[in-house]
Amino acid sequence: MVFLQTLVNALQWGSFYALIALGYSMVYSILMLFNFAHGDIFMVGAYIGFGVSSALLALTATGSLALPGWLILVLTIIFSMFLTSFVGIIVERVGYRPLREAPRASAAITGLMIGIILETGNLALLGAERVAFPSLIATTTYHLGGVIVTNKKIMIVLVSISLAFALHQFIRRTRYGMAMRAMAFDYAVVPLMGVPLNRMASLTFAIGSALAAAAGILFGVAYPVLDPYMGILIGWKAFVAAILGGRGSVVGATLAGFLLGFIEMFVPMVFPSTFRDFIAYSIVLLILVFRPHGFFGEAYSARLRL
Amino acid sequence: MKTKLFTVAIISCFVVALLFVACGPKGPETIKIGINAPLTGDIPKVGEGTKFAAQMWLEDVNAAGGIEVGGKKYKVELVVEDNESKAESAVKANVKLITEDEVLAIVGPQSSKQAVPAGGKANELGTPMVSPWSTNPTTTKDRPFVFRGCFLDPFQGPVIAKFAKKEFGFTKAAVLYDVASDYPKGLAEFFKAAWEDLNGPGSVVAYESFTTKDADFSAQLTKINNSGAEFLFTPQYYNEVALIVQQAHQLGWDKPIVGSDSWGSAETVKLCGKDCYGLFFSTHYAAAGAKGATKEFIDRYKAKHGYVPDDVGALTWDAMRIVQMAIEGAGELTGDIKKDRKSVRDALATIKDFDGITGGMTFTEDGDPVKCAVIVRISDAGEFEFYQSVCP
Repeated sequence: MVFLQTLVNALQWGSFYALIALGYSMVYSILMLFNFAHGDIFMVGAYIGFGVSSALLALTATGSLALPGWLILVLTIIFSMFLTSFVGIIVERVGYRPLREAPRASAAITGLMIGIILETGNLALLGAERVAFPSLIATTTYHLGGVIVTNKKIMIVLVSISLAFALHQFIRRTRYGMAMRAMAFDYAVVPLMGVPLNRMASLTFAIGSALAAAAGILFGVAYPVLDPYMGILIGWKAFVAAILGGRGSVVGATLAGFLLGFIEMFVPMVFPSTFRDFIAYSIVLLILVFRPHGFFGEAYSARLRL
Repeated sequence: MKTKLFTVAIISCFVVALLFVACGPKGPETIKIGINAPLTGDIPKVGEGTKFAAQMWLEDVNAAGGIEVGGKKYKVELVVEDNESKAESAVKANVKLITEDEVLAIVGPQSSKQAVPAGGKANELGTPMVSPWSTNPTTTKDRPFVFRGCFLDPFQGPVIAKFAKKEFGFTKAAVLYDVASDYPKGLAEFFKAAWEDLNGPGSVVAYESFTTKDADFSAQLTKINNSGAEFLFTPQYYNEVALIVQQAHQLGWDKPIVGSDSWGSAETVKLCGKDCYGLFFSTHYAAAGAKGATKEFIDRYKAKHGYVPDDVGALTWDAMRIVQMAIEGAGELTGDIKKDRKSVRDALATIKDFDGITGGMTFTEDGDPVKCAVIVRISDAGEFEFYQSVCP
C-alpha cells in the first residue's frame, strides 16, 4: 500500500521534472546551449498562469463570462503556454542570439543572469509577498484500496505525459521536427542546407517555454503558493533530469524526469527524510558514472561544441 | 591622460567630502535606530509587519518631540535594512547599520535563522540588539549585548506538548520540520524532548524533515500517515504551513495539526484557506478579543494598513518601546557612540516589569524575558481566537 501510494506521489512529482527537463533538453541538443534561465521561465509561466486565471475568474465573477472552473483551467494552460512562449523567444533574442558566436561559457552565464533578472524583476513588479494560485477545480479524493488519489494528481500526470507525447510526435513527424533533429545532429552544417537558424532557435525556445509554462500552472494547481524564487531548485533538478535522459532525447528527458521523482519519493521511505536529496543525488551521480551520456544520449563526438 | 585626471579629480572630491563628514559637529543631534528585517525573501509579510510597527512607533516618538535623555530631547531616525530572510544578508545588514549608519541600537532580525548569526555580530561590535521574534536560545546566549522580546523555544516546546496531551489525551506524535532552518529545527527538538518526557521514549512515532524551498511533502506525509501518529506538529513558516496542511489533507490525514508561533502571520489563512480552520498553534498574543493597550495598537494598525497585525508587529512594537525605555534610562548621550551603546545595553539589562502589549516582561541575565504563551485556535472564519494562556 505504501509502495503504491508513493508511486502515485512520485508520478505527480516526476511530471514537473519531466516537463521542465524537456525544455532544457531541446535547447541543449539543438543550440548546444544550457539555458539556465529555464527554471525561471517556469516561474514566469506559473505567474502568467496566475494572472490569466485570476482575470478569467474576475470576468466570471462579474458575470460577463460564465465559465466552469475546469474550462478556466484549460484556457489558462493554453493562454499561458502561448504567452510564455513569447517570453522564451524574447530571452533567446535578447540573451542568446547576440552571443551565438561567443564562447559557450558566456552564453551559460547569460542564462544565469537572465534568470536573476526574471526573479528580481518579478520581485520588483509584484512585491515579495507570496501569491496563492486560485483553486480552479475542487479537489476530489478517491480511495482505491488504501491508495489515496486526487483528481488533480491524475490530471497533472495525464497532461504532462500527453504534452511529452505531443512533442515527441512533433519532432518525429513534422518538417520543423526534422530540421530540429538535423540540427541536433550537426549544428554547423544544417544552416548551410537552407534551414533558417534564427527561426529554429526561436521555435525551440518557444516550445520549451510553453512546456515550462504548463509545468508552472500544474505546479500552481498542486502547490498553490507561488514565489519569485520557486524555479531555481526545481530548475536545477530538472536540468539533472535532462542530462540523465541523454542529449536531445524527448523520451529520455521524460523518463529521467519521472525517474528523478521516483528516487526522491522512495528514498525517504527507506532512509530518514533528512538525507533525501543527499542519497537521491548520490544515486544520480552513480548512474552518470556508469552511463555518462545518460540513458538515451548519443556518445559525444568532435561535433559537440562544448 | 584626460580621463586619468578626471578620475583623480573625482577621487579627491570623495576624500575631501569624507574628511568633512568625519570632522562634523560633536555630540549627536538625532538618535538612529536600526531595523534589520526580512522585507524580501521567504517571509516578506514578517518584514512588512516589522517595518509598519516600527514606523508607527516613530510617529509617536517624534510627535512627542523625540526621546528625552538626560534632560535633552533627541529626534529619532530609523534606518531600515532588508536582510532578504537570509543569514548572511542579516549579518551584512547589521555590520552596515553599526559601522556605516552608526545606529545606537538595532531591532531585529526576526527569525532565528537570521537573528542567531546577526546577534553574534552585534555582540562582537558592542551594539545592543533586540530581536522581537527569535525564539531560539542561541540568539542571546552568552551575548551580553543581545536581547529578545519573546519567550524561548525550550519554553514553547513543552507548552505545545503539554497542551496536546491535556487537550486531546494523545500519546503518539508526528513531527515535520525544516532541517535547514534554525527555528523549526530547534523547536522540533525541544518538542520531541518534552513529548518523550511526558509519554516515554518512542512516543514521537514519526520525526520527518525537509529542506527550505521544498514544495512537495508527500513522501514525508505518507510516512507520517502510516506511523500511527495521533497528531502532527509542524513548526513551519506560513508559506510552508499552507502546503503541508493541504497536502496532508489530500493524502487522507484527518487528525489535528498543531503549530508554533511562526504560524501567527496574517498570511497563513490567506494562503492555506479552509484547510487550516480549526487548527491550533502557540503564539505570543491573540488579536481577537484583545483589551487595553493591545487593542489600541491593533485598531491603529488596522486603520492604517488594512489588516490585523500579526504577532511580529506586536512584538516589534514592544521591542521598540523597550529600546526607547533603555535609551531614556541611559543617563546621558555623550556623542561617543561606543560609550552610548554600552550605557543603553546596561539600561536594557536592568528593565523590570515592562508592561508590553504582548504581556509583562522582566529580563533574565541572558537577555531573555520571562513571559506567558498563548494557544490560539484558527476559527471557522479564519481568525486567530484566544484559546488558553500558558505561563512559566
